[in-house]
Amino acid sequence: MIGTEVLVVGGGLAGSVAALSAARDGARVTLVSKSESTLRQASGLVDVLGRVDGDLVADPFAAIEDLPESHPYSVVGTEALREGLALFDDVTGDRYRGGDRNALVPTTQGTVKPTLRYPASVAPGIAGDGHETLLVGISTDPDFDAKRAADTLAGTVPGEVRGVTVRFPRLRDDAKRTRYAKLLTEDAEFRDALVEKIAPKVDGADRVGFPAVFGEDPAFVRAELEAGFDAAGEPVSVFEVPTGPPSIPGTRLRDLLRHELEAAGVELVTGVPVVDFEAESAGSGDEDGERVTSIVVDRNGARVPYAPEQVVLATGGLVGEGIDSERDRVYEPVFDLHVPHPEDRYDWSEEPAFGDHAFARFGVRIDDDARPLDADGAVAYENLRAAGAVVGGADTATGKAASGVSLATGSRAGTRAATAVTQS
Amino acid sequence: MATTTEVLVIGGGSTGAGIARDLAMRGVDVTLVEQGNLTHGTTGRMHGLLHSGGRYAVADQASARECIEENRVLRDIAGHCVEMTGGLFVKRPEDTDEYFQEKLQGCRECGIPAEVLSAAEAREVEPYLATDIDKAIEVPDGAVDPFRLVVANAVSAEEHGARIETHAEVVDLLTDGDEVTGARVQHDSGPGKREHGLPGETEDIHAEHVVNAAGAWSGQLGEMAGVDVEVRPSKGVMVVMNVRQVDTVVNRCKPKGDADIVVPHETTAILGTTDEEVEDPEDYPEEGWEVDHMIDELSELVPILSDARTIRSFWGVRPLYEPPDTGTTDPTDITRDFFLLDHADRDGVDGLTTVVGGKFTTYRMMAEDVTDHVCDLLGVRASCTTADEPLPGSENLDRLESAMDDYGLRSPVARRSKERLGSYAPEVLGTDEPNPVLCECEAVTRAEVQHAIGQAGTDLNAVRLRTRASMGNCQGGFCCHRVANELHPEYDAETADASLDELWQERWKGHRHALWGEQLSQAMLNHTLHATTWNRDGDDADVDWDAFAGPTRTATDGGSHDRD
Repeated sequence: MIGTEVLVVGGGLAGSVAALSAARDGARVTLVSKSESTLRQASGLVDVLGRVDGDLVADPFAAIEDLPESHPYSVVGTEALREGLALFDDVTGDRYRGGDRNALVPTTQGTVKPTLRYPASVAPGIAGDGHETLLVGISTDPDFDAKRAADTLAGTVPGEVRGVTVRFPRLRDDAKRTRYAKLLTEDAEFRDALVEKIAPKVDGADRVGFPAVFGEDPAFVRAELEAGFDAAGEPVSVFEVPTGPPSIPGTRLRDLLRHELEAAGVELVTGVPVVDFEAESAGSGDEDGERVTSIVVDRNGARVPYAPEQVVLATGGLVGEGIDSERDRVYEPVFDLHVPHPEDRYDWSEEPAFGDHAFARFGVRIDDDARPLDADGAVAYENLRAAGAVVGGADTATGKAASGVSLATGSRAGTRAATAVTQS
Repeated sequence: MATTTEVLVIGGGSTGAGIARDLAMRGVDVTLVEQGNLTHGTTGRMHGLLHSGGRYAVADQASARECIEENRVLRDIAGHCVEMTGGLFVKRPEDTDEYFQEKLQGCRECGIPAEVLSAAEAREVEPYLATDIDKAIEVPDGAVDPFRLVVANAVSAEEHGARIETHAEVVDLLTDGDEVTGARVQHDSGPGKREHGLPGETEDIHAEHVVNAAGAWSGQLGEMAGVDVEVRPSKGVMVVMNVRQVDTVVNRCKPKGDADIVVPHETTAILGTTDEEVEDPEDYPEEGWEVDHMIDELSELVPILSDARTIRSFWGVRPLYEPPDTGTTDPTDITRDFFLLDHADRDGVDGLTTVVGGKFTTYRMMAEDVTDHVCDLLGVRASCTTADEPLPGSENLDRLESAMDDYGLRSPVARRSKERLGSYAPEVLGTDEPNPVLCECEAVTRAEVQHAIGQAGTDLNAVRLRTRASMGNCQGGFCCHRVANELHPEYDAETADASLDELWQERWKGHRHALWGEQLSQAMLNHTLHATTWNRDGDDADVDWDAFAGPTRTATDGGSHDRD
């Protein structure tokens, strides 16, 4: 048995925040994850609450008050969200921006998205101030058609928006974004050639937006590109438009969190899915619940048992397979925690593609201590907490709230786990 | 608007397109109208089996003989639409040996090459067959892409002077006394290629003869002329799997029944089917038990299907027909033969011929019979050449393979593109512009999508049918927006958005029938990408900009955390 005080299962945003919260509160923390973090699939924006009942939300803290009881925010409260955000701000420093109100970030699809925290490299592109914008697409990157996005944005945002598509030099048709990122970071000639192609198109624009390919050090790439435009007589701000997978800002956030976890002394073990656990009665009486006594992971085919005092489950939702399903049931695969869902699978979704889908709310239900509840509403295991997308009760995709829920529940789970360790 | 044509064909399925091609090749001036996309009806909703005739070899030998004959014709004229996978009729222990022998005998009587394989030999051909099977009969079944085949027929018809109008619904037949003289057609977005947002238009098309090839809708067309066409629409489910669990068509060797065939199709395997009469070909229940039934039954033949990933399901409606007073109760027993209804003879209504029933595999033969009939009436003497002339895309395929380099595409992509494009490949792929892959599941490049947009306008579902873009595991989650991008700037951003929404909704319709396990996970990923990353789920035309934070307006922000 490997002893640890807090064992966090899952290395996404929620698991990382839980582990950091617990470690900063003095607990000895181990984080095990079955695979690479899914953060590299995410845009790198940190949405907190952007849409309620179909309407855009400007002030997420005010809007939280009106959410239904089942929403994780209603369960853990605004305070947990504030704590999670404070930790995030501390970790990210000047690499992220944002205040108490949502900003509207242009997307590669030409929509604007309400978000509370965004990379500094995204900041100059925030819509609404009327500045003239030029979007630059890469002819070999079919995800971002700058001209189409610009035309769509121009119908919504104040200020002129134009798009231009350029062929990046020296790249094959199926080059990945990471390849552009590497060239932009390492190759001055490449940057110069690019600026030379784009400068004639600037034509008085205040800012120039690229798909998010500015690599590991976006501040450097921005400064270099801006200096290039300056030298060409076209002074502009340069910014990134976040993309879908593979996402460079998402990858940066993953790397940043990993670095912080290591700095905080969290032991990281990757490639080890949880395959089993043991529990026992927490006390002698019938009233006492159960507690998890061991967690078994699979390491290259060998069963490795851990004996944690406290456990945080942050395995993700349907996407991360923290929640799984068969034709007739939805379940949580590690502890078989209760996942409320309609019996008939045709009630799991609605006919309109963007309908009010029940599946988008699938997940375990928790109490204000972030502990999963059983079908009767009782705490499932007294030393088990859950955080992030494994927690259900709200469609955080349409609500633009997934990252915020990860911060709030991660912070709550990690903090309370550490407190429980200290008290025992 | 009013136009004239010699023959008006109603229905853009395999039969209608085949008739249009045949008429045009015989020098007849022909117009074809279709209410939706080409293959909108039954043709676009089949499992893609190119029959050897084996399925009919016991119960309907006339059909079986036609099938093997046309099977050979299509291999010749439509090589880029056909994949000769071979097929097996597999006998399980509970299936009778008597029927197995009848099947074998029937195949031989009908001239269908048929070999008996032992269980071990059959499992050598198809390793995932159940271990407890008895034996199998090997026949030349194949897979055919109905979309590509119908598009090729339509293109060929156009090359011979025909006019093809999709999204053109017949709202009434024009009559003069007891004679049908044409049809009134409602264009969804003006004649020509479809373009979202263009206003509709009504057109009266006057014709010397009208052919009703509207399949499951031909009864409704008949009513417009005051004649009874007793179509009995029968629905069947098709369940699409994530990969080709089998590379051979696998049939269950038993007399009749549901859920008895697996067809390898492109990157997928398709399980079929059911046979249940419905009232309305456009409005019938699509039920989960039908999906479950396919998986559970066919797992007895191919056990890995029970835990395999299903990516979507779809239903088709067969336009079964039997002459009045036949009185068959079980739709499975209704003949698969086709009927030419000469309404002059039958009902005293001139100028109208209806074709109903039949099978996809024999579409060309049906078209030839109907065209012979119409040409007789018109006094046209030219004879049919559709069995000898390769379809566009299938010319010189043997030479193509050796003459073509890969146009800078990585070889699996180039191979898939060539299979789909056939002899169009050099023209489409020989571009100097960057040609990235748009649909990774199906290896579809930008050039192929652009080529399809050139044919189909803003109708991205028609683009999908031509290219297979968005038909793979992710069901368009990662590529629908890329395909829509290609509409711009030829079409404006609003049109591209509307087209994207339409394609996205169509993908979701079938994806909904596969929502468990990995495909539910995929649905959530798609939902996250489209709703979270791209915020595509709202209509945010009127934004109160002052309420939101901005980089240069931190004063209104009021946040203590702002570090600008």
